[in-house]
Amino acid sequence: MSHSILVLGVGNVLLADEGAGVRAVEQLQLQYLFPPQVELIDGGTMGLDLLGYLDDKTHLFIVDAIVSTQPPGSVVIEKLLDPPAYFRQKISPHQIGLSELLAVAAMQDCLPPSITLFGIVPLDLSTGMGMSPEVEAAVDRVVLAVVKELGRMGVKVGAASR
Amino acid sequence: MAKRIVVDPITRIEGHLRIDCEIDNGRVTKAWSSGQMWRGIELILQGRDPRDAWVFTQRICGVCTTVHAIASVRAVENALNLEVPLNAQYIRNMIISAHGIFDHIVHFYHLSALDWVDIVSALKGSPKGAAALGQQLSPWPRNSEQEIKAVQERLKGLVGSGQLGVFASGYWGHPAMKLSPDVNLLAATHYFQALEYQRQINKVVAILGSKTPHIQNLAVGGVANPINPDSQSTLTIERLYHIKTLIDEIGDFIKNVYMVDVAAIGAFYADWTQYGAGVTNYLSVPDLPLDTKGTTFALPGGYIDDGNVGTFKPITSFNDEGFKQGVKEGIKHSWYKGDWDRHPWEEETVPQHTEFQDNGKYSWVKSPTFNGKPAQVGPLANVLCMYAAGHGPTKIYTDGLLQTVSKLAGATVGISALHSTIGRHAARAVRCAVLHDSLLGQWQALMDNIGKGDYTTFNQPVFPKGEQRGVGFHEAPRGVLSHWVVIQDGTIKNYQCVVPSTWNAGPRNSKDAPGPYEASLVGNPVADPEKPLEVLRTVHSFDPCLACAIHLLDPKSREIVTVRTMI
Repeated sequence: MSHSILVLGVGNVLLADEGAGVRAVEQLQLQYLFPPQVELIDGGTMGLDLLGYLDDKTHLFIVDAIVSTQPPGSVVIEKLLDPPAYFRQKISPHQIGLSELLAVAAMQDCLPPSITLFGIVPLDLSTGMGMSPEVEAAVDRVVLAVVKELGRMGVKVGAASR
Repeated sequence: MAKRIVVDPITRIEGHLRIDCEIDNGRVTKAWSSGQMWRGIELILQGRDPRDAWVFTQRICGVCTTVHAIASVRAVENALNLEVPLNAQYIRNMIISAHGIFDHIVHFYHLSALDWVDIVSALKGSPKGAAALGQQLSPWPRNSEQEIKAVQERLKGLVGSGQLGVFASGYWGHPAMKLSPDVNLLAATHYFQALEYQRQINKVVAILGSKTPHIQNLAVGGVANPINPDSQSTLTIERLYHIKTLIDEIGDFIKNVYMVDVAAIGAFYADWTQYGAGVTNYLSVPDLPLDTKGTTFALPGGYIDDGNVGTFKPITSFNDEGFKQGVKEGIKHSWYKGDWDRHPWEEETVPQHTEFQDNGKYSWVKSPTFNGKPAQVGPLANVLCMYAAGHGPTKIYTDGLLQTVSKLAGATVGISALHSTIGRHAARAVRCAVLHDSLLGQWQALMDNIGKGDYTTFNQPVFPKGEQRGVGFHEAPRGVLSHWVVIQDGTIKNYQCVVPSTWNAGPRNSKDAPGPYEASLVGNPVADPEKPLEVLRTVHSFDPCLACAIHLLDPKSREIVTVRTMI
């Protein structure tokens, strides 16, 4: 069976390092050429709007800023066996975020069977378009990690001609 | 003796919206609404090219991306007196309508229905009974016993596996939950169906907005969708007919399910028409412009004073002086330096954080006023203004919904019942149906205009030397959104967004009058201060939207709301 992969970068690019996931997807699109079975999406801070993009995907790569005890600029890559469930209370529509998207996808039986989180630990969450040097470097490492993981799965990724 | 509860953090990431209530004898006696995070995103825009502003503003918020993009291009067009081609207006209007439908359905079913519907109780419902009830309420073909039974099995599976997922958050079994198991089961069935239909309508936005989740087709001066009936790479007639199919499919759901469910919940929770009115000065703006200058609109808007629809004053164009002059923001109770009421073009943003002072400064949100008074914005304000303006579809859907409620409740329920917590939900459903009609109308208008051979979608903006000021307003799903821009020699000198949740969630103003959230909570019953479901019901009815900015993923599950009780 051939893979169908969604690389989903999420975050808010107006809040410095919070946008790391989106920045990583931008870099991937800029630096590489992907075969049609790989779809790259800048998900911004959206939630349920993204449901349609999960359809018929075998693999989901989520690139996002994460809360972690690791130092800022760290990269955490892990398989998510259960989509994280943080739904104890729900008050703002923005709590329909990524985790809720995954939960709803699971309820609708359209959750990709394999989900990998490429997490980046942020340093600076202040208002601003630029990222901290630590997280900028982490974004570069995540870009390489995504390409390597695709290669390991047998997906051919080429360099974009500049 | 009065108790104080603090619902904080009220969002997934701490520190966005905090609600404090004083409770005496099971009722809220005083309330404070506090925005706990400062963004100052407008500052990012200073010095940038006004043609790019919309790309940044649509990142302000995760739910309302489209609306900030629309308001931004309108603000710059207003500053330049730039006309927008008809095709571009129609395409924008279709995006606005489709986005509004999506947003209202998601808000009702997925963000607030579980305040009223007890999912655990639905497990005890009888599929046969729920189907009979559903068929009595509407001709919706998917109220079948078979489909309802399948949903119940699915729910049982979720509960059995301990993975309640999105349902794990509710206050199940709370004494304020009043629906019978059969009604809960029917509502749960529609919750799942709504997930399917919101996807359908979102496809319309995606096709018109150029595929990706953030719309990419806007431009100051029009849209970037080339129209060529013969070319495959542009907006073709084939794509337009595909959009029509999607629009048609969702119409039945809105009219036979969403409107009916809201009427049923309104009838079963009739006591909630007495709570949550709050500030009854209503402000809305006209939208869906039908000419290139923005002087005629498919949907009217205006201002209603003190809940009296007879006082309605329309806002009539994108250049309406009454609107331009009427809007001010104050900071007496907000964490900014000083104490002033200023017009958005004249504002400065100098943060000054203090502790939470009940009678002093306690919020990052400013207090907007219209002609010196706080105003409620949102679908209720919009529907009341459209009703007052004599807008045909609004009258038909409002009267129809109130008739259904009256029949179910066995008592006459009039339009005054809309000034309430449950009334905001009813108005949102009415607005959703109105938007669906508008979407069809705008689709037809676009087809007719293309049929006349007009393929224009863009007018080139020209930036003269010197200073220009503009306002762009938009009746967004959560209410009046306005962007205010000052342009100097072709770059942005000042930019302010006055967003719907600023109107509704704002703190007391310079005359100490409470904002809409605050006023609406006073008098609410609270059966159990440890589980303030009733407080959430009223705050949710506004469709709160403060936690726009931060989106960190927390790999560890954790408590989201803490309720602190302070004597």
